[in-house]
Amino acid sequence: MHAPGRPPKKRLLRLKLNGRWREDAVSERELLVDYLRDVAHLTGVKTGCDGGECGACTVLVDGEAVPSCITLAVRCEGCDVETIEGLATQGRLNRLQRAFHEKLGTQCGFCTPGMIMAAEALLRRNPTPSDGEIRAALSGNLCRCTGYVKIIESVKAAAEATS
Amino acid sequence: MTAPLAEFRLAQPGTVKEAIAACLKHPGSRFVAGGTDLLVNMRRGISSPDLLVDLSGIDELTEIKSDGRGVTIGAGVTIATLAHNTAIASQYRALTQAAAAIAGPGHRVMATVGGNLCLDTRCIYYNQSEWWRSANAYCLKNRGDVCHVAPQGQRCHAAFSGDLAPALLVLGAEIDIAGAQGERRIPLSELYVEDGKAHLTLAAGELIAAVHLPAAPHASAYEKVRVRGAIDFPLAGVAVALAASGTTIGSLRIALTGTNSRPFLLAGTEAFAGRPVDEKLQQEIDRLVQKQVQPMRTTIASANYRRVAAAALARRLTARLFAERTA
Repeated sequence: MHAPGRPPKKRLLRLKLNGRWREDAVSERELLVDYLRDVAHLTGVKTGCDGGECGACTVLVDGEAVPSCITLAVRCEGCDVETIEGLATQGRLNRLQRAFHEKLGTQCGFCTPGMIMAAEALLRRNPTPSDGEIRAALSGNLCRCTGYVKIIESVKAAAEATS
Repeated sequence: MTAPLAEFRLAQPGTVKEAIAACLKHPGSRFVAGGTDLLVNMRRGISSPDLLVDLSGIDELTEIKSDGRGVTIGAGVTIATLAHNTAIASQYRALTQAAAAIAGPGHRVMATVGGNLCLDTRCIYYNQSEWWRSANAYCLKNRGDVCHVAPQGQRCHAAFSGDLAPALLVLGAEIDIAGAQGERRIPLSELYVEDGKAHLTLAAGELIAAVHLPAAPHASAYEKVRVRGAIDFPLAGVAVALAASGTTIGSLRIALTGTNSRPFLLAGTEAFAGRPVDEKLQQEIDRLVQKQVQPMRTTIASANYRRVAAAALARRLTARLFAERTA
């Protein structure tokens, strides 16, 4: 066990980020969102409400969509962390990114990375979700532009494109 | 970059015994499991422990075991795991419904049973940023002298808002509390007292290890009213467990959350045994609820709305369960 007492103020964090293992010295108080944005420079991860209520900071940790603004980075030791930057392969948008683009699921774009990551987690475990299942999976993500209709249509289109 | 959290250390013990020892050795410490509530409060400067004792790596807390007498749920079981457990859904529907109603999908993956039972109480004068609270001279619960909800009173009226507790109360739950002296088992109701500033009876270094539920002959259900359909605490939450005896009530238990500083079992429902669920009985349930809940101006919805909503939920769930059981 890691005993309390005098610092080290930082510890070595080893995780798999978008498919590549990396190590960084991070403070124990560092939040995952700050680690991703400021250390790994993955600024597709957005800080919205800053209190775990809006879902803009959603990333995948071991395949589960979680809000990174209330996750301590050091608790992701050994985990597989994925952000929006990890979805496109060789410059090709993935099914959800393409569907959000084609179905106008994006307006200002701020909530989009979180929406897509939450939808990605859904489609991996349930490739043919119903409307209700899509709504439930995205219930933790707020959008202040679209009214959600286009977002739901985008996720459905992505599911249909691959099923 | 967002404002950093105050400096703290993170201990990651592998056993309950180590966790308790780490907590007792360090008076300014807090246990953290999912952290979905505590980290938000730390970000707001409400709580600033200098050591967090992380319970998420303790395997012994994450088991769900059942035998003929009931089920034991480890306090470290996540809300998502609980919500998806089909054996629990078939016997303890209120618990599954309560778990599914907690926050959003991302929180449920991280948040735990023990964390929801020990959830901090909430108030619009408390769950605010540092600058907001400082501009209001803080409040009785945190750094201040006055409860802005009831300035003449002597106690904090922040509301308990956990969803699991009422479901577990109507299902007759007991909890194992682990401490330096070993484990003790108490009825869940004894975990709570009616004080928003100190609503838990846990001593320093104590944590909930497990929840025990007896085999359930009751039908049960949970519902809550909230401002936002997702990720929101209850303005009022009600759990009901009902056993029918022929065409009348065999036994009826109702528990509430979100209205008081503790979740509680409604007193007086034992008198309903042997009666059908008719309009007269519904009115009596309504009166009992409205008399015993004590919603204060701790949410953006009015206290009276929460009182009436709690009573409506209790009536609705009782009628629905009775209809199911006598159909």
